[in-house]
Amino acid sequence: MLRYAFKRLLSLFLSLVVASVVIFTVIEIAPGDPASFMLGMNAQPETLDALRQELGLDVPKVQRYFSWVGGMLSGDFGTSYTYRTPVAQMVADRLWVSLPLAIYALVLSTFVAFPAGIYAASRRGQAGDLSVMGATQLGVAIPNFWFAMILVLIFAINLRWFSAGGFVGWDAGFWVGVHALTLPAIALALPQAAILARVMRSSLLDVMGEDFMRTARAKGLSARQALWRHGLRNALIPVLTIIGLQFSFLLAGSIIIEQVFYLPGLGRLVFQSISARDLIVVESVVMLLVFSVIAVNFIVDLAYAAVDPRLRTRT
Amino acid sequence: MNRNLILGTLLSCLFLFAALVSFVWTPFDHTALDIPNKLKSPYADHLLGTDHFGRDILSMIMVGARTSIAVALVAVGIGMGLGVPLGLWAAARRGSLLDEVIMRGNDLVFAFPSLVIAILITAIFGAGAINAIIAIGIFNIPVFARITRGAALSLWQREFILAARVAGKSAARISAEHILPNVTNLLIVQGTIQFSLGILAEAGLSYVGLGAQPPTPSWGRMLADAQTMVSIAPHMALVPGFAIILTVLGLNLMGDGLRDYLDPRLRVARA
Repeated sequence: MLRYAFKRLLSLFLSLVVASVVIFTVIEIAPGDPASFMLGMNAQPETLDALRQELGLDVPKVQRYFSWVGGMLSGDFGTSYTYRTPVAQMVADRLWVSLPLAIYALVLSTFVAFPAGIYAASRRGQAGDLSVMGATQLGVAIPNFWFAMILVLIFAINLRWFSAGGFVGWDAGFWVGVHALTLPAIALALPQAAILARVMRSSLLDVMGEDFMRTARAKGLSARQALWRHGLRNALIPVLTIIGLQFSFLLAGSIIIEQVFYLPGLGRLVFQSISARDLIVVESVVMLLVFSVIAVNFIVDLAYAAVDPRLRTRT
Repeated sequence: MNRNLILGTLLSCLFLFAALVSFVWTPFDHTALDIPNKLKSPYADHLLGTDHFGRDILSMIMVGARTSIAVALVAVGIGMGLGVPLGLWAAARRGSLLDEVIMRGNDLVFAFPSLVIAILITAIFGAGAINAIIAIGIFNIPVFARITRGAALSLWQREFILAARVAGKSAARISAEHILPNVTNLLIVQGTIQFSLGILAEAGLSYVGLGAQPPTPSWGRMLADAQTMVSIAPHMALVPGFAIILTVLGLNLMGDGLRDYLDPRLRVARA
Protein backbone atom coordinates (compact mmCIF):
# COMPACT_ATOMS: atom_id res chain seq x y z
CA MET A 1 0.00 0.00 0.00
CA LEU A 2 2.79 2.42 0.95
CA ARG A 3 4.72 1.59 -2.20
CA TYR A 4 1.62 2.16 -4.28
CA ALA A 5 0.89 5.46 -2.53
CA PHE A 6 4.46 6.59 -3.13
CA LYS A 7 4.31 5.76 -6.84
CA ARG A 8 1.02 7.61 -7.21
CA LEU A 9 2.42 10.56 -5.28
CA LEU A 10 5.39 10.73 -7.64
CA SER A 11 3.16 10.77 -10.69
CA LEU A 12 0.97 13.39 -9.03
CA PHE A 13 4.02 15.56 -8.52
CA LEU A 14 5.21 15.09 -12.13
CA SER A 15 1.74 15.93 -13.47
CA LEU A 16 1.69 19.13 -11.46
CA VAL A 17 5.15 20.17 -12.69
CA VAL A 18 4.21 19.59 -16.33
CA ALA A 19 0.85 21.29 -15.88
CA SER A 20 2.46 24.36 -14.34
CA VAL A 21 5.03 24.61 -17.16
CA VAL A 22 2.28 24.28 -19.79
CA ILE A 23 0.08 26.92 -18.16
CA PHE A 24 2.96 29.32 -17.65
CA THR A 25 4.16 28.93 -21.26
CA VAL A 26 0.67 29.33 -22.68
CA ILE A 27 0.04 32.51 -20.72
CA GLU A 28 3.51 33.84 -21.60
CA ILE A 29 2.94 33.56 -25.34
CA ALA A 30 -0.42 35.32 -25.04
CA PRO A 31 -0.29 38.53 -27.01
CA GLY A 32 -0.92 41.78 -25.18
CA ASP A 33 1.37 43.34 -22.62
CA PRO A 34 -0.43 43.81 -19.29
CA ALA A 35 1.51 47.00 -18.60
CA SER A 36 0.50 48.70 -21.85
CA PHE A 37 -3.04 47.43 -21.42
CA MET A 38 -3.26 49.04 -17.99
CA LEU A 39 -1.78 52.37 -19.01
CA GLY A 40 -3.66 52.75 -22.27
CA MET A 41 -2.51 53.78 -25.74
CA ASN A 42 -0.82 57.07 -24.88
CA ALA A 43 1.50 55.78 -22.19
CA GLN A 44 5.08 57.10 -22.13
CA PRO A 45 7.78 54.46 -22.65
CA GLU A 46 9.39 55.42 -19.30
CA THR A 47 6.13 54.90 -17.40
CA LEU A 48 5.63 51.56 -19.16
CA ASP A 49 9.11 50.43 -18.14
CA ALA A 50 8.53 51.53 -14.57
CA LEU A 51 5.25 49.64 -14.37
CA ARG A 52 6.78 46.53 -15.92
CA GLN A 53 9.50 46.67 -13.32
CA GLU A 54 6.93 47.11 -10.57
CA LEU A 55 4.89 44.12 -11.80
CA GLY A 56 8.04 42.06 -12.11
CA LEU A 57 7.65 41.67 -15.87
CA ASP A 58 11.24 42.72 -16.61
CA VAL A 59 13.02 39.68 -15.16
CA PRO A 60 13.86 36.64 -17.35
CA LYS A 61 11.01 34.18 -17.99
CA VAL A 62 12.65 31.20 -16.29
CA GLN A 63 13.20 33.21 -13.14
CA ARG A 64 9.57 34.37 -13.25
CA TYR A 65 8.37 30.78 -13.60
CA PHE A 66 10.25 29.74 -10.51
CA SER A 67 9.13 32.70 -8.46
CA TRP A 68 5.52 31.98 -9.54
CA VAL A 69 5.73 28.33 -8.53
CA GLY A 70 7.70 29.09 -5.38
CA GLY A 71 5.19 31.72 -4.42
CA MET A 72 2.27 29.36 -4.91
CA LEU A 73 3.94 26.73 -2.75
CA SER A 74 4.16 29.23 0.09
CA GLY A 75 0.60 30.42 -0.46
CA ASP A 76 1.57 33.60 -2.31
CA PHE A 77 -0.21 33.61 -5.68
CA GLY A 78 1.11 37.02 -6.70
CA THR A 79 -0.67 40.33 -6.90
CA SER A 80 -3.44 41.09 -9.36
CA TYR A 81 -2.35 43.62 -12.01
CA THR A 82 -5.70 45.38 -12.09
CA TYR A 83 -7.04 45.14 -8.55
CA ARG A 84 -3.64 45.44 -6.83
CA THR A 85 -4.80 42.90 -4.24
CA PRO A 86 -3.19 39.53 -3.52
CA VAL A 87 -4.52 36.86 -5.92
CA ALA A 88 -4.72 34.39 -3.04
CA GLN A 89 -7.20 36.69 -1.29
CA MET A 90 -9.34 37.10 -4.43
CA VAL A 91 -9.32 33.36 -5.09
CA ALA A 92 -10.21 32.57 -1.49
CA ASP A 93 -13.19 34.95 -1.62
CA ARG A 94 -14.48 33.41 -4.85
CA LEU A 95 -13.83 29.89 -3.66
CA TRP A 96 -16.44 30.42 -0.98
CA VAL A 97 -18.99 30.54 -3.78
CA SER A 98 -17.64 28.02 -6.30
CA LEU A 99 -16.67 25.26 -3.91
CA PRO A 100 -19.96 25.14 -1.95
CA LEU A 101 -21.78 25.24 -5.30
CA ALA A 102 -19.82 22.26 -6.65
CA ILE A 103 -20.28 20.31 -3.40
CA TYR A 104 -23.99 21.15 -3.24
CA ALA A 105 -24.40 19.91 -6.82
CA LEU A 106 -22.40 16.77 -6.09
CA VAL A 107 -24.61 15.99 -3.08
CA LEU A 108 -27.78 16.65 -5.06
CA SER A 109 -26.71 14.49 -7.99
CA THR A 110 -25.72 11.64 -5.67
CA PHE A 111 -29.02 11.81 -3.81
CA VAL A 112 -30.98 11.63 -7.05
CA ALA A 113 -28.75 9.18 -8.90
CA PHE A 114 -28.37 6.49 -6.23
CA PRO A 115 -32.06 5.71 -5.76
CA ALA A 116 -32.72 6.09 -9.50
CA GLY A 117 -29.89 3.72 -10.41
CA ILE A 118 -30.83 1.16 -7.76
CA TYR A 119 -34.49 1.32 -8.77
CA ALA A 120 -33.65 0.84 -12.46
CA ALA A 121 -31.29 -2.06 -11.77
CA SER A 122 -33.83 -3.85 -9.60
CA ARG A 123 -36.45 -3.53 -12.34
CA ARG A 124 -34.19 -4.40 -15.23
CA GLY A 125 -35.98 -4.43 -18.58
CA GLN A 126 -39.30 -3.37 -17.06
CA ALA A 127 -41.18 -0.13 -17.57
CA GLY A 128 -39.57 1.47 -14.49
CA ASP A 129 -36.08 0.76 -15.80
CA LEU A 130 -36.91 2.03 -19.27
CA SER A 131 -38.35 5.29 -17.99
CA VAL A 132 -35.38 5.96 -15.72
CA MET A 133 -33.00 5.22 -18.60
CA GLY A 134 -35.03 7.43 -20.93
CA ALA A 135 -34.85 10.23 -18.38
CA THR A 136 -31.07 9.87 -18.13
CA GLN A 137 -30.74 10.05 -21.94
CA LEU A 138 -32.59 13.33 -21.76
CA GLY A 139 -30.50 14.43 -18.77
CA VAL A 140 -27.22 14.12 -20.63
CA ALA A 141 -28.62 15.85 -23.72
CA ILE A 142 -29.85 18.98 -21.93
CA PRO A 143 -27.22 21.75 -21.80
CA ASN A 144 -27.10 22.74 -18.14
CA PHE A 145 -26.95 26.47 -18.79
CA TRP A 146 -30.18 26.18 -20.79
CA PHE A 147 -31.74 24.15 -18.00
CA ALA A 148 -30.64 26.93 -15.65
CA MET A 149 -32.50 29.52 -17.74
CA ILE A 150 -35.65 27.41 -17.69
CA LEU A 151 -35.35 26.99 -13.91
CA VAL A 152 -35.08 30.77 -13.57
CA LEU A 153 -38.11 31.23 -15.80
CA ILE A 154 -40.23 28.83 -13.77
CA PHE A 155 -39.04 29.18 -10.18
CA ALA A 156 -37.71 32.73 -10.08
CA ILE A 157 -39.78 34.70 -12.57
CA ASN A 158 -43.13 32.89 -12.43
CA LEU A 159 -43.30 31.28 -8.99
CA ARG A 160 -40.90 33.73 -7.27
CA TRP A 161 -39.58 31.02 -4.95
CA PHE A 162 -35.95 31.89 -5.63
CA SER A 163 -34.06 34.92 -6.84
CA ALA A 164 -32.94 34.91 -10.45
CA GLY A 165 -29.29 35.35 -9.60
CA GLY A 166 -26.67 37.01 -7.47
CA PHE A 167 -25.21 36.00 -4.16
CA VAL A 168 -25.27 38.05 -0.98
CA GLY A 169 -22.58 36.03 0.76
CA TRP A 170 -22.53 33.68 3.73
CA ASP A 171 -22.60 36.54 6.24
CA ALA A 172 -26.34 36.85 5.67
CA GLY A 173 -26.77 33.40 7.13
CA PHE A 174 -26.13 29.82 6.10
CA TRP A 175 -29.63 29.08 4.81
CA VAL A 176 -29.80 32.33 2.87
CA GLY A 177 -26.65 31.24 1.04
CA VAL A 178 -27.94 27.72 0.46
CA HIS A 179 -31.21 29.18 -0.84
CA ALA A 180 -29.34 31.39 -3.33
CA LEU A 181 -27.24 28.46 -4.57
CA THR A 182 -30.15 26.02 -4.94
CA LEU A 183 -31.17 26.75 -8.55
CA PRO A 184 -27.54 26.87 -9.77
CA ALA A 185 -26.80 23.61 -7.98
CA ILE A 186 -29.84 21.87 -9.51
CA ALA A 187 -28.83 23.04 -12.98
CA LEU A 188 -25.26 21.91 -12.42
CA ALA A 189 -26.29 18.56 -10.97
CA LEU A 190 -28.63 17.51 -13.78
CA PRO A 191 -26.22 15.98 -16.32
CA GLN A 192 -24.03 14.54 -13.57
CA ALA A 193 -27.02 12.87 -11.92
CA ALA A 194 -27.98 11.32 -15.26
CA ILE A 195 -24.48 9.93 -15.83
CA LEU A 196 -24.17 8.72 -12.24
CA ALA A 197 -27.54 6.94 -12.35
CA ARG A 198 -26.45 5.08 -15.48
CA VAL A 199 -23.15 4.04 -13.91
CA MET A 200 -24.90 2.99 -10.70
CA ARG A 201 -27.37 0.87 -12.66
CA SER A 202 -24.83 -0.92 -14.85
CA SER A 203 -22.44 -1.45 -11.95
CA LEU A 204 -25.22 -3.00 -9.87
CA LEU A 205 -26.27 -5.22 -12.77
CA ASP A 206 -22.67 -6.44 -13.09
CA VAL A 207 -22.51 -7.23 -9.39
CA MET A 208 -25.89 -8.96 -9.40
CA GLY A 209 -24.51 -11.51 -11.85
CA GLU A 210 -21.67 -12.45 -9.47
CA ASP A 211 -21.44 -15.80 -7.71
CA PHE A 212 -21.46 -14.32 -4.21
CA MET A 213 -24.84 -12.80 -4.93
CA ARG A 214 -26.19 -16.22 -5.84
CA THR A 215 -24.67 -17.57 -2.63
CA ALA A 216 -26.39 -14.83 -0.65
CA ARG A 217 -29.72 -15.74 -2.22
CA ALA A 218 -29.09 -19.47 -1.62
CA LYS A 219 -28.40 -18.64 2.01
CA GLY A 220 -31.98 -17.46 2.17
CA LEU A 221 -31.72 -13.72 1.74
CA SER A 222 -34.42 -12.07 -0.32
CA ALA A 223 -33.39 -10.28 -3.52
CA ARG A 224 -33.76 -6.98 -1.70
CA GLN A 225 -31.67 -8.07 1.29
CA ALA A 226 -28.94 -9.46 -0.94
CA LEU A 227 -28.88 -6.20 -2.88
CA TRP A 228 -28.58 -4.03 0.22
CA ARG A 229 -26.13 -6.17 2.17
CA HIS A 230 -23.78 -7.41 -0.54
CA GLY A 231 -24.63 -5.88 -3.88
CA LEU A 232 -24.50 -2.20 -3.10
CA ARG A 233 -21.15 -2.18 -1.34
CA ASN A 234 -19.45 -3.94 -4.24
CA ALA A 235 -21.17 -1.84 -6.86
CA LEU A 236 -19.90 1.36 -5.27
CA ILE A 237 -16.30 1.03 -6.47
CA PRO A 238 -16.80 2.20 -10.08
CA VAL A 239 -19.36 4.72 -8.84
CA LEU A 240 -16.74 6.32 -6.57
CA THR A 241 -14.37 6.83 -9.50
CA ILE A 242 -17.06 8.54 -11.49
CA ILE A 243 -17.87 10.81 -8.55
CA GLY A 244 -14.18 11.75 -8.39
CA LEU A 245 -14.09 12.50 -12.11
CA GLN A 246 -17.30 14.46 -11.86
CA PHE A 247 -15.76 16.86 -9.42
CA SER A 248 -13.71 18.31 -12.26
CA PHE A 249 -16.76 18.55 -14.51
CA LEU A 250 -18.64 20.30 -11.72
CA LEU A 251 -15.87 22.83 -11.19
CA ALA A 252 -15.65 23.52 -14.92
CA GLY A 253 -19.41 23.47 -15.29
CA SER A 254 -19.78 25.99 -12.49
CA ILE A 255 -17.78 28.44 -14.62
CA ILE A 256 -20.68 28.60 -17.10
CA ILE A 257 -23.47 28.32 -14.52
CA GLU A 258 -21.96 31.24 -12.60
CA GLN A 259 -22.45 33.33 -15.73
CA VAL A 260 -26.14 32.43 -15.89
CA PHE A 261 -26.80 33.33 -12.26
CA TYR A 262 -24.29 36.20 -11.94
CA LEU A 263 -22.57 34.41 -9.07
CA PRO A 264 -19.28 35.96 -7.94
CA GLY A 265 -17.33 32.70 -8.18
CA LEU A 266 -14.05 31.57 -9.73
CA GLY A 267 -15.57 31.40 -13.20
CA ARG A 268 -16.54 35.04 -13.27
CA LEU A 269 -13.14 35.94 -11.86
CA VAL A 270 -11.47 34.14 -14.77
CA PHE A 271 -13.63 35.83 -17.39
CA GLN A 272 -13.13 39.28 -15.87
CA SER A 273 -9.40 38.69 -15.66
CA ILE A 274 -9.13 37.55 -19.27
CA SER A 275 -10.86 40.66 -20.55
CA ALA A 276 -8.70 42.85 -18.32
CA ARG A 277 -5.53 40.96 -19.39
CA ASP A 278 -4.93 40.27 -15.72
CA LEU A 279 -2.94 37.19 -16.64
CA ILE A 280 -1.46 36.43 -13.24
CA VAL A 281 -4.99 35.81 -11.96
CA VAL A 282 -5.89 33.59 -14.95
CA GLU A 283 -2.64 31.67 -14.51
CA SER A 284 -3.17 31.03 -10.82
CA VAL A 285 -6.86 30.16 -11.03
CA VAL A 286 -6.32 27.70 -13.89
CA MET A 287 -3.43 26.11 -12.00
CA LEU A 288 -5.63 25.84 -8.92
CA LEU A 289 -8.42 24.16 -10.91
CA VAL A 290 -6.01 21.68 -12.46
CA PHE A 291 -4.42 21.02 -9.09
CA SER A 292 -7.76 20.27 -7.49
CA VAL A 293 -8.70 17.86 -10.29
CA ILE A 294 -5.39 16.00 -10.06
CA ALA A 295 -5.55 15.95 -6.26
CA VAL A 296 -9.13 14.67 -6.15
CA ASN A 297 -8.31 11.87 -8.57
CA PHE A 298 -5.27 11.01 -6.49
CA ILE A 299 -7.40 10.74 -3.36
CA VAL A 300 -9.99 8.63 -5.19
CA ASP A 301 -7.24 6.30 -6.43
CA LEU A 302 -5.89 5.87 -2.92
CA ALA A 303 -9.33 5.35 -1.40
CA TYR A 304 -9.94 2.80 -4.10
CA ALA A 305 -6.74 0.91 -3.36
CA ALA A 306 -7.54 0.96 0.34
CA VAL A 307 -10.96 -0.58 -0.35
CA ASP A 308 -9.84 -3.10 -2.94
CA PRO A 309 -6.34 -4.57 -2.43
CA ARG A 310 -6.39 -6.13 -5.92
CA LEU A 311 -6.00 -2.70 -7.45
CA ARG A 312 -2.69 -1.94 -5.77
CA THR A 313 -0.69 -4.17 -8.07
CA ARG A 314 -2.27 -2.70 -11.19
CA THR A 315 -0.69 0.70 -11.67
CA MET B 1 -31.70 -2.61 -36.95
CA ASN B 2 -32.97 -1.38 -33.62
CA ARG B 3 -35.27 1.39 -32.50
CA ASN B 4 -32.52 3.55 -30.98
CA LEU B 5 -30.53 3.50 -34.17
CA ILE B 6 -33.49 4.42 -36.37
CA LEU B 7 -34.81 7.17 -34.10
CA GLY B 8 -31.31 8.54 -33.49
CA THR B 9 -30.39 8.56 -37.16
CA LEU B 10 -33.66 10.27 -38.09
CA LEU B 11 -33.13 13.01 -35.50
CA SER B 12 -29.50 13.57 -36.46
CA CYS B 13 -30.31 13.59 -40.16
CA LEU B 14 -33.07 16.14 -39.59
CA PHE B 15 -30.53 18.67 -38.34
CA LEU B 16 -27.91 17.70 -40.87
CA PHE B 17 -30.54 18.22 -43.55
CA ALA B 18 -31.52 21.60 -42.07
CA ALA B 19 -27.87 22.64 -42.08
CA LEU B 20 -27.36 21.57 -45.69
CA VAL B 21 -30.57 23.21 -46.90
CA SER B 22 -29.56 26.46 -45.19
CA PHE B 23 -26.75 26.84 -47.76
CA VAL B 24 -29.26 27.27 -50.57
CA TRP B 25 -32.50 28.28 -48.85
CA THR B 26 -33.80 29.63 -45.57
CA PRO B 27 -37.35 30.95 -44.99
CA PHE B 28 -35.92 34.44 -44.39
CA ASP B 29 -32.50 36.03 -44.54
CA HIS B 30 -31.13 35.07 -41.11
CA THR B 31 -29.50 38.50 -40.71
CA ALA B 32 -32.49 40.56 -41.90
CA LEU B 33 -33.78 42.84 -39.15
CA ASP B 34 -37.51 43.45 -38.91
CA ILE B 35 -38.03 45.56 -35.81
CA PRO B 36 -41.84 45.97 -36.14
CA ASN B 37 -42.15 42.18 -35.94
CA LYS B 38 -39.74 41.65 -33.06
CA LEU B 39 -40.26 39.10 -30.26
CA LYS B 40 -43.21 37.48 -32.05
CA SER B 41 -44.20 34.04 -30.78
CA PRO B 42 -44.40 31.35 -33.44
CA TYR B 43 -47.11 32.09 -36.03
CA ALA B 44 -47.84 31.41 -39.71
CA ASP B 45 -45.20 33.76 -41.20
CA HIS B 46 -42.42 32.93 -38.76
CA LEU B 47 -42.91 29.29 -37.84
CA LEU B 48 -40.61 29.48 -34.81
CA GLY B 49 -41.15 33.17 -34.05
CA THR B 50 -38.76 36.10 -34.18
CA ASP B 51 -36.04 37.38 -31.85
CA HIS B 52 -35.47 40.80 -30.29
CA PHE B 53 -34.37 42.21 -33.65
CA GLY B 54 -37.23 40.61 -35.54
CA ARG B 55 -34.92 38.04 -37.14
CA ASP B 56 -36.57 34.76 -38.15
CA ILE B 57 -35.62 32.13 -35.56
CA LEU B 58 -36.17 29.15 -37.87
CA SER B 59 -33.64 30.58 -40.34
CA MET B 60 -31.16 31.26 -37.54
CA ILE B 61 -31.59 27.71 -36.23
CA MET B 62 -30.90 26.31 -39.68
CA VAL B 63 -27.75 28.37 -40.20
CA GLY B 64 -26.75 27.75 -36.56
CA ALA B 65 -26.94 24.00 -37.17
CA ARG B 66 -24.19 24.55 -39.73
CA THR B 67 -21.91 26.13 -37.09
CA SER B 68 -22.60 23.47 -34.48
CA ILE B 69 -22.11 20.56 -36.84
CA ALA B 70 -18.99 22.02 -38.44
CA VAL B 71 -17.30 22.79 -35.10
CA ALA B 72 -18.14 19.40 -33.56
CA LEU B 73 -17.20 17.48 -36.71
CA VAL B 74 -13.79 19.09 -37.10
CA ALA B 75 -13.13 18.71 -33.37
CA VAL B 76 -13.86 14.97 -33.59
CA GLY B 77 -11.62 14.86 -36.68
CA ILE B 78 -8.74 16.40 -34.71
CA GLY B 79 -9.31 14.01 -31.83
CA MET B 80 -9.38 10.96 -34.09
CA GLY B 81 -6.61 12.14 -36.39
CA LEU B 82 -4.16 12.55 -33.52
CA GLY B 83 -5.60 10.29 -30.85
CA VAL B 84 -5.95 7.10 -32.90
CA PRO B 85 -2.33 7.02 -34.16
CA LEU B 86 -1.09 7.82 -30.64
CA GLY B 87 -3.18 4.99 -29.21
CA LEU B 88 -1.98 2.56 -31.89
CA TRP B 89 1.62 3.61 -31.32
CA ALA B 90 1.35 3.21 -27.55
CA ALA B 91 -0.19 -0.25 -27.96
CA ALA B 92 2.48 -1.35 -30.44
CA ARG B 93 5.18 -0.35 -27.95
CA ARG B 94 3.20 -1.43 -24.88
CA GLY B 95 5.04 -1.32 -21.60
CA SER B 96 7.80 0.86 -23.02
CA LEU B 97 8.72 4.35 -21.88
CA LEU B 98 6.93 5.75 -24.95
CA ASP B 99 3.70 4.05 -23.92
CA GLU B 100 4.07 5.49 -20.43
CA VAL B 101 4.74 9.00 -21.74
CA ILE B 102 1.74 8.92 -24.10
CA MET B 103 -0.63 7.65 -21.46
CA ARG B 104 0.58 10.04 -18.74
CA GLY B 105 0.25 12.86 -21.27
CA ASN B 106 -3.34 11.77 -21.80
CA ASP B 107 -4.03 11.84 -18.08
CA LEU B 108 -2.64 15.34 -17.97
CA VAL B 109 -4.93 16.61 -20.72
CA PHE B 110 -7.82 14.99 -18.88
CA ALA B 111 -6.90 16.97 -15.79
CA PHE B 112 -7.62 20.21 -17.66
CA PRO B 113 -11.40 20.41 -17.87
CA SER B 114 -12.24 21.11 -21.54
CA LEU B 115 -13.72 24.47 -20.69
CA VAL B 116 -10.50 25.49 -18.97
CA ILE B 117 -8.55 24.55 -22.11
CA ALA B 118 -10.98 26.65 -24.12
CA ILE B 119 -10.57 29.58 -21.78
CA LEU B 120 -6.79 29.34 -21.99
CA ILE B 121 -6.86 29.19 -25.79
CA THR B 122 -9.26 32.08 -26.12
CA ALA B 123 -7.18 34.03 -23.63
CA ILE B 124 -4.26 33.77 -26.04
CA PHE B 125 -5.79 33.83 -29.48
CA GLY B 126 -9.13 35.49 -28.78
CA ALA B 127 -12.63 34.10 -29.15
CA GLY B 128 -13.82 32.46 -32.35
CA ALA B 129 -15.11 29.32 -33.98
CA ILE B 130 -11.62 28.11 -34.94
CA ASN B 131 -10.36 28.38 -31.38
CA ALA B 132 -13.46 26.62 -30.09
CA ILE B 133 -12.68 23.79 -32.51
CA ILE B 134 -9.09 23.56 -31.27
CA ALA B 135 -10.18 23.58 -27.63
CA ILE B 136 -12.78 20.84 -28.10
CA GLY B 137 -10.44 18.92 -30.41
CA ILE B 138 -7.56 18.86 -27.92
CA PHE B 139 -9.86 17.39 -25.33
CA ASN B 140 -10.91 14.67 -27.80
CA ILE B 141 -7.34 13.45 -28.39
CA PRO B 142 -6.90 11.51 -25.11
CA VAL B 143 -10.39 10.04 -25.42
CA PHE B 144 -9.55 8.42 -28.74
CA ALA B 145 -5.98 7.56 -27.76
CA ARG B 146 -7.20 5.75 -24.67
CA ILE B 147 -9.91 3.62 -26.27
CA THR B 148 -7.71 2.83 -29.28
CA ARG B 149 -4.88 1.68 -27.02
CA GLY B 150 -7.22 -0.35 -24.84
CA ALA B 151 -8.77 -2.20 -27.77
CA ALA B 152 -5.46 -2.59 -29.58
CA LEU B 153 -3.77 -4.09 -26.51
CA SER B 154 -6.15 -7.04 -26.45
CA LEU B 155 -5.88 -7.46 -30.22
CA TRP B 156 -2.08 -7.73 -29.99
CA GLN B 157 -2.56 -10.91 -27.96
CA ARG B 158 -4.56 -12.62 -30.71
CA GLU B 159 -3.32 -15.41 -32.99
CA PHE B 160 -3.88 -13.60 -36.26
CA ILE B 161 -1.57 -10.83 -35.10
CA LEU B 162 1.01 -13.42 -34.15
CA ALA B 163 0.65 -14.86 -37.66
CA ALA B 164 1.25 -11.42 -39.16
CA ARG B 165 4.35 -11.00 -37.00
CA VAL B 166 5.67 -14.38 -38.06
CA ALA B 167 5.07 -13.31 -41.65
CA GLY B 168 7.57 -10.53 -40.94
CA LYS B 169 5.31 -7.51 -40.94
CA SER B 170 6.52 -4.48 -38.99
CA ALA B 171 4.61 -3.20 -35.96
CA ALA B 172 3.54 -0.16 -37.96
CA ARG B 173 2.14 -2.28 -40.78
CA ILE B 174 0.34 -4.59 -38.39
CA SER B 175 -1.18 -1.58 -36.65
CA ALA B 176 -2.40 -0.13 -39.93
CA GLU B 177 -3.49 -3.33 -41.68
CA HIS B 178 -4.79 -5.52 -38.86
CA ILE B 179 -5.36 -3.51 -35.69
CA LEU B 180 -6.99 -0.42 -37.15
CA PRO B 181 -9.72 -2.22 -39.15
CA ASN B 182 -10.63 -4.13 -36.00
CA VAL B 183 -11.08 -1.05 -33.86
CA THR B 184 -13.04 0.92 -36.47
CA ASN B 185 -16.45 -0.04 -35.06
CA LEU B 186 -15.43 1.13 -31.64
CA LEU B 187 -14.14 4.39 -33.08
CA ILE B 188 -17.36 5.03 -34.99
CA VAL B 189 -19.42 4.58 -31.83
CA GLN B 190 -17.09 6.76 -29.75
CA GLY B 191 -16.98 9.30 -32.58
CA THR B 192 -20.76 9.66 -32.45
CA ILE B 193 -20.66 10.24 -28.70
CA GLN B 194 -17.82 12.77 -28.93
CA PHE B 195 -19.72 14.48 -31.73
CA SER B 196 -22.70 15.02 -29.43
CA LEU B 197 -20.42 16.21 -26.61
CA GLY B 198 -18.81 18.58 -29.12
CA ILE B 199 -22.19 20.10 -29.95
CA LEU B 200 -22.87 20.65 -26.24
CA ALA B 201 -19.40 22.11 -25.71
CA GLU B 202 -19.75 24.46 -28.70
CA ALA B 203 -23.09 25.65 -27.37
CA GLY B 204 -21.56 26.27 -23.95
CA LEU B 205 -18.57 28.14 -25.33
CA SER B 206 -20.61 30.36 -27.61
CA TYR B 207 -23.04 30.97 -24.77
CA VAL B 208 -20.27 32.54 -22.69
CA GLY B 209 -19.02 34.39 -25.77
CA LEU B 210 -15.95 32.26 -26.48
CA GLY B 211 -17.33 30.50 -29.57
CA ALA B 212 -18.42 31.68 -33.01
CA GLN B 213 -18.57 35.48 -33.18
CA PRO B 214 -21.35 37.59 -34.69
CA PRO B 215 -22.69 37.66 -37.35
CA THR B 216 -22.21 33.87 -37.57
CA PRO B 217 -25.31 32.49 -35.86
CA SER B 218 -24.85 29.78 -33.27
CA TRP B 219 -27.29 28.07 -30.96
CA GLY B 220 -25.30 28.95 -27.86
CA ARG B 221 -25.27 32.66 -28.63
CA MET B 222 -28.97 32.61 -29.47
CA LEU B 223 -29.47 31.33 -25.92
CA ALA B 224 -27.25 34.05 -24.51
CA ASP B 225 -29.38 36.66 -26.34
CA ALA B 226 -32.51 34.97 -25.07
CA GLN B 227 -31.47 35.15 -21.44
CA THR B 228 -32.55 38.74 -20.81
CA MET B 229 -35.72 38.23 -22.86
CA VAL B 230 -36.77 34.98 -21.25
CA SER B 231 -39.68 36.42 -19.29
CA ILE B 232 -41.26 38.26 -22.26
CA ALA B 233 -40.32 35.89 -25.10
CA PRO B 234 -39.73 32.37 -23.72
CA HIS B 235 -39.73 30.90 -27.23
CA MET B 236 -36.37 32.61 -27.85
CA ALA B 237 -34.86 30.32 -25.21
CA LEU B 238 -37.00 27.27 -25.84
CA VAL B 239 -36.38 26.89 -29.58
CA PRO B 240 -32.54 26.83 -29.62
CA GLY B 241 -32.62 24.73 -26.43
CA PHE B 242 -34.79 22.10 -28.08
CA ALA B 243 -32.58 22.18 -31.18
CA ILE B 244 -29.54 21.35 -29.03
CA ILE B 245 -31.35 18.71 -26.98
CA LEU B 246 -32.81 16.93 -30.00
CA THR B 247 -29.50 16.90 -31.88
CA VAL B 248 -27.54 15.60 -28.89
CA LEU B 249 -30.26 13.09 -28.03
CA GLY B 250 -30.32 11.90 -31.65
CA LEU B 251 -26.56 11.44 -31.75
CA ASN B 252 -26.49 9.62 -28.40
CA LEU B 253 -29.28 7.27 -29.44
CA MET B 254 -27.47 6.70 -32.72
CA GLY B 255 -24.27 5.90 -30.81
CA ASP B 256 -26.05 3.43 -28.53
CA GLY B 257 -27.85 1.87 -31.49
CA LEU B 258 -24.65 1.61 -33.53
CA ARG B 259 -22.85 -0.05 -30.65
CA ASP B 260 -25.52 -2.74 -30.47
CA TYR B 261 -25.68 -3.05 -34.23
CA LEU B 262 -21.93 -3.21 -34.87
CA ASP B 263 -21.10 -5.59 -32.05
CA PRO B 264 -22.00 -9.04 -33.37
CA ARG B 265 -21.78 -10.61 -29.92
CA LEU B 266 -24.62 -8.43 -28.65
CA ARG B 267 -26.66 -9.24 -31.75
CA VAL B 268 -26.32 -12.96 -31.23
CA ALA B 269 -27.21 -12.57 -27.58
CA ARG B 270 -30.38 -10.78 -28.50
CA ALA B 271 -31.50 -13.14 -31.27
